[in-house]
Amino acid sequence: MGLLSKKDAKLITDPLADNNPITIQVLGICSALAITAELKASLVMSIAVLFVMGVGNVVISLMRNIIPSKIRIIVQLIVVAALVIIVDQVLKAFAYELSKTLSVFVGLIITNCIIMGRFEAFALANKPWRSFLDGIGNALGYAVILIIVGFFRELLGAGTLFGIPVLGDPIEKTGVYALGYENNGFMLMPPMALIVVGLIIWVQRSRNKALIED
Amino acid sequence: MAVNTEKNSYTIIFAIAMVLVVGSLLAFTASTLKPKIVENERMEMQQNILYAFGVNDNEGKGDITFIAKNKVAEAFKANVKEQLVLEYKDGKIVKTMTREQYMAEYNQEPYLIDIKKQQANAKAGQSRLLPLFVGEKDNQAVYVAPIRGKGLWDAIWGYVALDKDMVVRGAFFDHAAETPGLGANIKQRYFIDDFEGEHLLSDTGAFKGIAVAKGNNDPTNLRKDDFKVDALAGATITGDGVAAMIKNDLKLYLGYFENLKKPASN
Repeated sequence: MGLLSKKDAKLITDPLADNNPITIQVLGICSALAITAELKASLVMSIAVLFVMGVGNVVISLMRNIIPSKIRIIVQLIVVAALVIIVDQVLKAFAYELSKTLSVFVGLIITNCIIMGRFEAFALANKPWRSFLDGIGNALGYAVILIIVGFFRELLGAGTLFGIPVLGDPIEKTGVYALGYENNGFMLMPPMALIVVGLIIWVQRSRNKALIED
Repeated sequence: MAVNTEKNSYTIIFAIAMVLVVGSLLAFTASTLKPKIVENERMEMQQNILYAFGVNDNEGKGDITFIAKNKVAEAFKANVKEQLVLEYKDGKIVKTMTREQYMAEYNQEPYLIDIKKQQANAKAGQSRLLPLFVGEKDNQAVYVAPIRGKGLWDAIWGYVALDKDMVVRGAFFDHAAETPGLGANIKQRYFIDDFEGEHLLSDTGAFKGIAVAKGNNDPTNLRKDDFKVDALAGATITGDGVAAMIKNDLKLYLGYFENLKKPASN
């Protein structure tokens, strides 16, 4: 990346793997469990969080020297909430269908602990550009896990990807269903998201022993 | 910066300024965008009603596609022949208003009637206004009624098209905040399409409703008179909510449909 110095590039690449917000920092688990039953929802949520984290981190970073530390959490919360509501209103006026898809996520974005976590841990102490990169990096790290989990849950639970059947028709018994394969409805339940995230954590830590804490 | 951000007075001033700035920003956004949002919502209602009438841009078996926005107003005029408003009180329909009568009294189009408000009125012991849209589908008269109820997280609502025997001829469901991938699938075609052809009344004319049932051994929904459709996996409460709103709200129209069957007395 010629645009970014090595240190800046690390801000983006670190959260993708070795400092992933979900699997390493264990933040944002709640939304990862709730909405990963299908790939499309995972993707929409990822894009929404990407936007809010990028802009939110910059706003907080710009304000970092004037925010009174006693009320900083409330100030961060207001910034996220205001951003999300403004975006939602603009979408409702100019892209109504998209806003209908997003509506359920609005509440989830505001309460996403990754956002608050990065405001608190990074944006309050760093300059806007670095905060922006950190926000984007963490949102991408979040997105990677969401999409992996969404992929497996939708594929094994419903036999579809993005709502398109890829394994054949379970009722007409075509494709792999002709061989006796059945969809596992349990994959659509939130507990299975936890188990899939757990498997990712297992794989990640067995590949990189440095991540294992005592 | 030279400001002492630890002082209490600074904290209070900052909080007040923040609230003022964010508050006015939100108020400004909301009020400038409001006319556009209201217009979008109005069009969506028309699209939903038309969907129940079978007027849509669906292609193949995929997602629901409403009729295009620029054609909505025209299609609504062409397909909705009549907008009736029934006044329901103490267990029966006491008055039937035409669109003109309703507009003269309330100065708004019947399809804009707020079902939530009407349900609250009924709860408070007042009369409830029931809109009913009359039109045609497959060359027979159909009556579209709005329904509204509770899902798992928030409101769910819809429009159901019935023929004169209260057999479902089309439906549309939507939700405010059901879980994506689970309860949110009530607005998918594979769920909505199952309702088509389902009976609401028993052979004797008693109101039965439609249950959203698990394990009814009829996943392809071939039996249309069992008062059941196949449920969605992982969405029990949303499914029960759909069954409840069909039962509670469509039941109120029973009197109107019973009247339809009686030979005209005058």
